Amino acid sequence: MSELVQDPSPARTAAGEPLLRVEGLAKHFPMTLGVVRQRVVGHVKAVDGVSFTLDRGETVGLVGESGCGKSTVTKVLLALTSPTAGQVYYEGRDVFAMGKRELRELRRKIQIIFQDPYTSLNPRMTVGDIVGEPWEIHPEVLPRKGRQTAVKELLDRVGLNPDFVNRYPHQFSGGQRQRIGIARALALRPEVIVCDEPVSALDVSVQAQVINLLEDLQKEFGLSYLFIAHDLSVVRHISDRVNVMYLGRIIETGTNEQVYERPTHPYTQALLSAVPQHDPAARGQKKRIVLEGDLPSPADPPTGCHFRTRCWKAQDICSVEYPALTERGHDHPSSCHFAEVVDVVKADPEGVPGSGAVRVTD
Amino acid sequence: MTLTTPAPQTHPVGGGHLLEVDALSVEFRTEYGTVNAVNEVSWHLDKGETLAILGESGSGKSVSAQAIMGIIDTPPGYITHGQIRYRGQDMLAMSPDEQRKLRGNDIAIVFQDALSALNPVFTVGAQISEMFQVHRGMSKKDGMARAAELMDRVRIPNAKARVKDYPHQFSGGMRQRVMMAMALSLDPSVLIADEPTTALDVTVQAQIMDLLLELQKETGMGVVLITHDLGVVGEVADRIAVMYAGRIIETGTVYEVFGDPAHPYTVGLMNSVPRVDQRGQRLSPISGSPPNLADIPAGCPFHPRCPRAQDVCTQERPPLRLVVGGRRSACHFAEDVLGV
Repeated sequence: MSELVQDPSPARTAAGEPLLRVEGLAKHFPMTLGVVRQRVVGHVKAVDGVSFTLDRGETVGLVGESGCGKSTVTKVLLALTSPTAGQVYYEGRDVFAMGKRELRELRRKIQIIFQDPYTSLNPRMTVGDIVGEPWEIHPEVLPRKGRQTAVKELLDRVGLNPDFVNRYPHQFSGGQRQRIGIARALALRPEVIVCDEPVSALDVSVQAQVINLLEDLQKEFGLSYLFIAHDLSVVRHISDRVNVMYLGRIIETGTNEQVYERPTHPYTQALLSAVPQHDPAARGQKKRIVLEGDLPSPADPPTGCHFRTRCWKAQDICSVEYPALTERGHDHPSSCHFAEVVDVVKADPEGVPGSGAVRVTD
Repeated sequence: MTLTTPAPQTHPVGGGHLLEVDALSVEFRTEYGTVNAVNEVSWHLDKGETLAILGESGSGKSVSAQAIMGIIDTPPGYITHGQIRYRGQDMLAMSPDEQRKLRGNDIAIVFQDALSALNPVFTVGAQISEMFQVHRGMSKKDGMARAAELMDRVRIPNAKARVKDYPHQFSGGMRQRVMMAMALSLDPSVLIADEPTTALDVTVQAQIMDLLLELQKETGMGVVLITHDLGVVGEVADRIAVMYAGRIIETGTVYEVFGDPAHPYTVGLMNSVPRVDQRGQRLSPISGSPPNLADIPAGCPFHPRCPRAQDVCTQERPPLRLVVGGRRSACHFAEDVLGV
């Protein structure tokens, strides 16, 4: 396996450039009416000005509920679809200005693991063919001669029996299939792996196995993970830094500890307080912020702050001015005019009133 | 946590329990062999309490509930053994008509996936109203009026206007509320909630669980919560039955089981879950994967994955037995696991 191990590189280049830098990324999908003549009647702003960075060897979490745009971010990132606005820089080079050859090399360096191990593997291909297929597209990575052995090494590395190369995906359980997907992602010796809800389809006992495997591989190969999930506990466990998304924008960003222990945005606080906690002894001791209503449509987001329609702190200014994502007297950026630290996970959140759009139970 | 935490109060009805599943076995005869989905599963539910049936996919956690609701397709599914007693009467011995009267009236169910549980071609109002028309002989008009009241009760905004909407016009959380309105329409004394929040986002999940608890407080119904989510169980359950490979392997109050599990599988589950309130040390998962129900290992079904397995575990299946207090565990070494 030693041939696949890369030398550890510094987290950033000499110029301080992160491995991956996303700036002002936006993706708007047009909504059309009519069959023959299609009129554009509006836009779904799936992603609307998202910026973040990813350093070498780091795990950055992207959390948010369904419809917040987190998966669209990955699609644009992998250059699977072009952005409406914004730039992505890989090692300082503009991804959308890249030529065909450069883009091809980029796509080798950024791999993805999908959520659903049942639909992301071709049922007609053997495991060996699935894991080895990336080398058909990037033959320069590994000469044809060594591929058979390399596939077995990869399977062994992700915890599958190498003798299973000739089996088909349906002969494996969900957890094993996710391992096949991971082996395929590793085949091209990538630098970045985008993990799009990699464990949410798995059972609890198997989920932990896959999380541990991802952590081991990161150490061994110096990988960077962009970890996309809706499960806040999993993101807390694995991420170094965390970005919280709401309706196409990042509304709070910081280190793991900053976001989870000192959240300043009301949405982050609501999200964290909603996570059920295992300890039954904590019942009644924790205040839970229950948001009223549903996510507004990304085709017609509220004016000003997108969260104001469900926020118990909303004032006049919130409907007028979008609060930029900047430091607001706390140690990390928050996109709230009235950013204020409330530890909702551990302590009793005193600062949360029980009025307005929110009910605080117990 | 100690074991001295007081158990939640139970209110036996007429000397017995409100709902009792007794040594129930269900098998599915498929072309690949017989799948023993549940094997001699017993549990009971009292008024006002919440029983959580906890298990991973394929553990058989939903099957006893399906047997109660009479929604196991025969063939391939057969109830081969056991009784289901509602207020002391064996439902399986009743005529289909009598069974049907209990279901909906006294025992109702809420499913995981509201979009596929609701009929897409009828308005939600018509579907709720149908409960009143069929079970209470109400007119459609009165039924629709009651439907609006119920939708208001589960806090669907603007209920009066929305009775005429179709399921696809609601968000996931609102659809789940519609299903709850339908389940609660005839004031059941037992509500079975089969993974009611699994498909929902975490803030919506919190809304729905809150609503469920509130309605339970209002009506005093017993709730059977079927789930794989330890967090949800930790927040709402009174008692827990943990299932593995078609059997209950541990029971106890939530304080007992979460504070000090008595079966190695439960211990493994607890150690597998990352927590939101602490940045994790390394997780210690259970090795291997859950067994195929058509090919359950001999002896203790958990022994191939168990860190404590001895020779006896490969040969002799440990029965679910009393360990200490009211706690039961199906492990030869339950005392060691508990440290008593």
